[in-house]
Amino acid sequence: MTAPAVPQYTKKDFTSDQVVRWCPGCGDYSILSNVQSVLAEIGVARENIAVISGIGCSSRFPYYLSTYGFHTIHGRAPAFATGLKVSRPELSVWVATGDGDALSIGGNHFIHLLRRNVDLNILMFNNRIYGLTKGQYSPTSEQGKKTKSSPMGSVDRPFEPLSLALGSGGTFVARSVDVFADHIKPVLHAAQRHHGTSFVEIYQNCNIFNDGAFEQFTDKVAKKERVLYLQHGQPLVWGSAVRRGLVMRDMKLEVVELGDTYTEADCAVHDEHNRSLAMLLAAMDPNAGFPVAVGVFYQIDAPTYEDGVVAQAKASIQKLGTGDLARLLGAGDTWTHT
Amino acid sequence: MSTLETASEVVIRFAGDSGDGMQTVGDQFTRTTALFGNDLATFPDYPAEIRAPAGTRAGVSGFQLQFASHDIFTPGDLSDVLVAMNPAALITNLKSVKRGGLVVVNTDRWTSRDLEKAGLASDPLTDGTVDDYHVVKVQIGNLTRGAVAPHGVGAKDADRCKNFFALGMMYWLYSRQMEPTEAWVASRFKSPYKEANIAALQAGWSYADTAELFHHRIEVPRAEDLPTGRYRNIMGNNAMAIGLVAAANKLGLPLFYGTYPITPASDILHHLAPFKNYGVTTFQAEDEIAGICAAIGASYGGAIGVTGTSGPGLALKGEALGLAVMTELPLVLIDVQRAGPSTGMPTKVEQADLLQAMYGRNGEAPVPVLAPATPSDCFAIAVEAVRIATTYMVPVIVLSDAYVANGAEPWKLPDLESFDLAPVTFRTDPEGFRAYARDEDTLARPWVVPGTPGMEHRIGGLEKENITGNISYDPENHELMCKLRREKVQRVANSLPPTTVYGDEEGVVVLGWGSTFGVIRTAVDACRADGRKVAHVHVRHLNPLPNDLATILRRYDKVLVPEINLGQLVRLIRAEYLIDAIPYNKIQGQPFRTDEVMARIEALFA
Repeated sequence: MTAPAVPQYTKKDFTSDQVVRWCPGCGDYSILSNVQSVLAEIGVARENIAVISGIGCSSRFPYYLSTYGFHTIHGRAPAFATGLKVSRPELSVWVATGDGDALSIGGNHFIHLLRRNVDLNILMFNNRIYGLTKGQYSPTSEQGKKTKSSPMGSVDRPFEPLSLALGSGGTFVARSVDVFADHIKPVLHAAQRHHGTSFVEIYQNCNIFNDGAFEQFTDKVAKKERVLYLQHGQPLVWGSAVRRGLVMRDMKLEVVELGDTYTEADCAVHDEHNRSLAMLLAAMDPNAGFPVAVGVFYQIDAPTYEDGVVAQAKASIQKLGTGDLARLLGAGDTWTHT
Repeated sequence: MSTLETASEVVIRFAGDSGDGMQTVGDQFTRTTALFGNDLATFPDYPAEIRAPAGTRAGVSGFQLQFASHDIFTPGDLSDVLVAMNPAALITNLKSVKRGGLVVVNTDRWTSRDLEKAGLASDPLTDGTVDDYHVVKVQIGNLTRGAVAPHGVGAKDADRCKNFFALGMMYWLYSRQMEPTEAWVASRFKSPYKEANIAALQAGWSYADTAELFHHRIEVPRAEDLPTGRYRNIMGNNAMAIGLVAAANKLGLPLFYGTYPITPASDILHHLAPFKNYGVTTFQAEDEIAGICAAIGASYGGAIGVTGTSGPGLALKGEALGLAVMTELPLVLIDVQRAGPSTGMPTKVEQADLLQAMYGRNGEAPVPVLAPATPSDCFAIAVEAVRIATTYMVPVIVLSDAYVANGAEPWKLPDLESFDLAPVTFRTDPEGFRAYARDEDTLARPWVVPGTPGMEHRIGGLEKENITGNISYDPENHELMCKLRREKVQRVANSLPPTTVYGDEEGVVVLGWGSTFGVIRTAVDACRADGRKVAHVHVRHLNPLPNDLATILRRYDKVLVPEINLGQLVRLIRAEYLIDAIPYNKIQGQPFRTDEVMARIEALFA
């Protein structure tokens, strides 16, 4: 039997009948719109897509998509998604989560999902704040952030999500921004193409509790001067008025101005398969003159968890034959009482 | 020359350091005895520490076994014989031996240092402690070393064979065959340890024979009153695993077991992991929460999702269990109860999770609760749990416990046709589909799995609008949904067979649940033999309780509820029925003894 042809979808085919209840102006709207477009383009039948979420603003996502959706409990979406994907490997499984959901209450599941390399896509909306609980600092909030729960500034040091994902053995690690309309879709497509756990951090503006968190590089002018678009095989350069580049010195990245002293040829070249470079890129501090990198930081081919599970099941059947109930019950020493 | 005597039942107990292999020889004695055709019941009693300091009381591992020429229900109260491998084993187990019973001690471990490690100021063999017992001193270590030396096994490794020497002596004493154990050793060990262990076993046998250690040999004829059929020896955790696989196979669905290792539930995982060719996936999760969440994810995808744990894990799984209640997905959660609270006593038995299973979740989150009565009943309970979960679209909690999980008994293999389950049908017809429309009888909502065209929908933990499943904060709807979820669980009772009443129709009824079945049955039999009017009612379904239970209990003057907790089922009975049920509780990490339960029943006639 051949699989029925996947219909030609449009974005509208992925819009559910539910009223979207994010605050007006929320960055989530743009992400939703882009995801709907991407899902229409990936060539997967709508019924074979399942979107799993945890708790938080981000996790309302499944309600607004016309796919199968499961709005679960706080932080645990990776575990539900793993169970689903392992038992139904043919499905395209997506996890919608946020910085609090994925990195705080769900930190353990997040790292173990990446470690196992289950073939699914994690979209983590990072707004560096707790939105649904009304404005407490999150595990990605900058140190010293003043919020309702940290009136004197937060003492916590933040996570760098991409570093955490890389450190957890992630096989696809990328970043985009809610308002980078031309950028977000290619990154999502790349995530979908990757066989393994794809982690995409999406900077998302919470215009109620953390407005402008990313504007230092997302407003029109700053974007041109401060954003480094990662392209595999291309030199790490950016800037419009002033062209800059990253050179590698003493195992560190260093920002240089391009001109007489340095040219593009002196700059490091992006290599998606180089984890050490990805680590350096993820660790760049925009407050220390570094650009904000977006795009695919890292990706490698690696065996997926569910492929391993399926292979063991096949090997077991090959060795032992398909399980037979009578044999199961009567295993070991038996005797007959007459 | 020893004489041969016949006994109708015998209780033996092996005790030594947790590294002495006491569980191994206990298992071997059990296996040999089962193959011979005795009825039997076992009670492994071991510490949580893998290797507690050698020679200390904390490190003592014990294994008790009763075997008989007739149907028995418990591993026995007091043992006829104790094999004690060191002073700590003797002193901690002596209270479990009948007065006048036989005590075999390994005198190679009897230096003043050994006594000191056991916390003994004086030698119990000479200070009067064992005056009431028949003590046989054997230099088990020395004799074993001699026996294995020809096989090139040095003193240190020889020491690890001494449990087989002890087993050999017991095989001689109780006229058991050595062949099953020899075959087991041969399949389990490589040379020279294979030869060494067999030599130790045979040396123990020969030593008992030639040294005339015992006044007489004892023979326990095979049990003739058992139902005819094919049998195997089974432990509770193993029966649970097999039951889950059998149920999933009957339904033609894959089984997904998501779990995190925890004593005493881990063996279910160990038993299930090799069954990959039966469509079983075991998932060793990063924690208890991920274990249940992955199982729910698998159920969502159309598998039989199961998670296993013990009390601390049940506490962690509470929120996810509530999600399964809310999303009305099938799930089986097995809690192999152990002594709590907190870490408690991980290897010891307790029945104190009943109220946690009933109520331990936020909101009104009712779930069916079942409990197996015996090790082999774990099979039937697992099948029953899957039946309820899939028929009613509801998570089900099974309350096993350390005693039933690790205990063993002969199991008459069930007829494959005898446990048919109603087939599961995933809804595939989009016409008129509503995610929370319900079956008229069971109130189950349709099970629709991702991948079904035209039925894409969203579920989640937010309150659902009746029928549509859309998010709803409507006040009346919430009350309706709470009541529907309760009613659904309540309707499980309509599918239960009439409750069996054992014994008299008047007088005292003893109501039990879970692993106390055997001891209560034995005590009730004994009281009835003494002329008392006593009945035994055992409930395997704790939520909902059987429809006929209240009527049955009201027939009796007194209702006694023995439990290994501080009174949990008794609370439910009193609350549900306003029946003045009498609690009887013991919470020592040990099962009830028959004489204890008898005495409590007798007291009700005073």
